[in-house]
Amino acid sequence: MRGFLPAMELQRPASLSEALQMLAAHTGRPFAGGTDLMVVYNAGKLRETRFLDIARLPELQGIRETPEYLDLGALCTFTELLAHPAIHRHFPNLVKSAKATGALAIQNRGTLGGNIANASPAADTPPCLLAYGAELELVSPRGTRVVPYELFHQGYKVMDLAADELVTRIRVPKPSGTSVHYFRKVGTRQAQAIAKLSLALVAQVADGCVANLRIGLGAVAPAPVRACHAEAVLQGQPLANLPVAVALEALLADMSPIDDIRSTAHYRSIVTRNLLAQALRTLSATGN
Amino acid sequence: MAERITLTFTLNGKPQTLAVHPMTRLLDMLREDLGLTGTKEGCGEGECGACAVLLDGRVVNSCLIPALQVEGCDLVTIEGLATASGLHPVQAALLAHNGAQCGFCSPGMAISAADLLRRCPNPNHGDVKDALSGNLCRCTGYTKIVEAVQAAARSEA
Ligand SMILES: Cc1cc2nc3c(=O)[nH]c(=O)nc-3n(C[C@H](O)[C@H](O)[C@H](O)COP(=O)(O)OP(=O)(O)OC[C@H]3O[C@@H](n4cnc5c(N)ncnc54)[C@H](O)[C@@H]3O)c2cc1C
Ligand code: FES
Ligand code: FES
Repeated sequence: MRGFLPAMELQRPASLSEALQMLAAHTGRPFAGGTDLMVVYNAGKLRETRFLDIARLPELQGIRETPEYLDLGALCTFTELLAHPAIHRHFPNLVKSAKATGALAIQNRGTLGGNIANASPAADTPPCLLAYGAELELVSPRGTRVVPYELFHQGYKVMDLAADELVTRIRVPKPSGTSVHYFRKVGTRQAQAIAKLSLALVAQVADGCVANLRIGLGAVAPAPVRACHAEAVLQGQPLANLPVAVALEALLADMSPIDDIRSTAHYRSIVTRNLLAQALRTLSATGN
Repeated sequence: MAERITLTFTLNGKPQTLAVHPMTRLLDMLREDLGLTGTKEGCGEGECGACAVLLDGRVVNSCLIPALQVEGCDLVTIEGLATASGLHPVQAALLAHNGAQCGFCSPGMAISAADLLRRCPNPNHGDVKDALSGNLCRCTGYTKIVEAVQAAARSEA
């Protein structure tokens, strides 16, 4: 049964400041591309009834490039990401994850900010943003603050995001020097399937060693997480002799997979380690 | 309870004004308020593409779009694909190549395929599969549909 239409409210604030005032006054929750919210509404399971259409706020739009980073508006759709040359040049994992999100009609409508704030542990861009060391710009009537993305998700659907705050922009630093990028999502089919698990790895290499490495994991914890234990094992190691077995063992401490409709804890644990092994083969191959 | 809003947009090339609840699904607005029943509801959750329409020139699932977000937009439905001079090449090719059986997926398929040919006039097999990956068909097994889209591309090129 669909949600009850007459009980619903959807308003469009005229400006960012009006949107923030309305959020603060509990007039409604943010509504962007609607590709998560409308599914819940259509299933009759949407608890909130009042929403604010933020989809046309200019402050949340567009992609800006500086020498150091790319600054992505929270309203950027997956299609907009895929159309931008700088995303292809600097962030191939974002290209892969955007292409792996839903199908074209979803990519045309779903936004990066929505993917983040929906806080699904299985979402596809979050592991990539973790591996790229992204930061979020959050704006409320009290002002603007910047939060490292790795500190944003604090538990299942728990975020460092106040009720009167919007995610306005996502800043992603460009990897410098030689870098290796790996992303893989495992799902039942290529299009439309939500991930059973996913892994993103970004490593900067220098002098034949891992200079800096980050790993983001999807669908193996209550929220998208960094694989800090596995990262620590790999940091500084020679590409020619990566401690693969130790890293795979350490990865177990980074995950707390569960059984659910999409997969089992057992499968997730094994295949996530397989993906890390594959990523590390790619990484050591760049040393040759 | 929310008031109705007056929505203004372009529908299949003509200006349209309509009083509607802002959260009405675009799909219901088309089928129930405007009598355009070519757009179908399969899943109601963004998976099947039966409800696909073109919003400002992009394929979207009308079951996921609230009416308010259509304000000021250019909307094309399956009813707007054919012109006075005949069927859209994709529609003609679906007919000629047996690309439809029950036909329930066909409006969404035609919308997605028309969008593909606009973006990419000479698609390869992979391009067609990619473009139609959000459209489910329970009858044809897809082969005939993909062949039809490629035939439409050849006749357009
Ligand atoms: C058929 C289908 C397939 C899908 N496949 C995938 C997939 O493969 N991978 C994947 O990751 N996702 C997938 N999704 C989920 C969805 O498309 C994405 O999560 C999308 O990025 C959500 O963005 P949106 O703008 O549509 O969010 P909305 O539905 O508008 O909002 C989602 C949530 O985020 C909040 N929100 C939105 N923007 C902001 C903001 N700027 N500040 C604060 N809060 C905000 C809203 O309040 C809401 O709680 C799929 C969805 C469908 C229907
Ligand atoms: S009815 Fe909209 S995608 Fe299935
Ligand atoms: S022809 Fe029947 S669903 Fe495609």
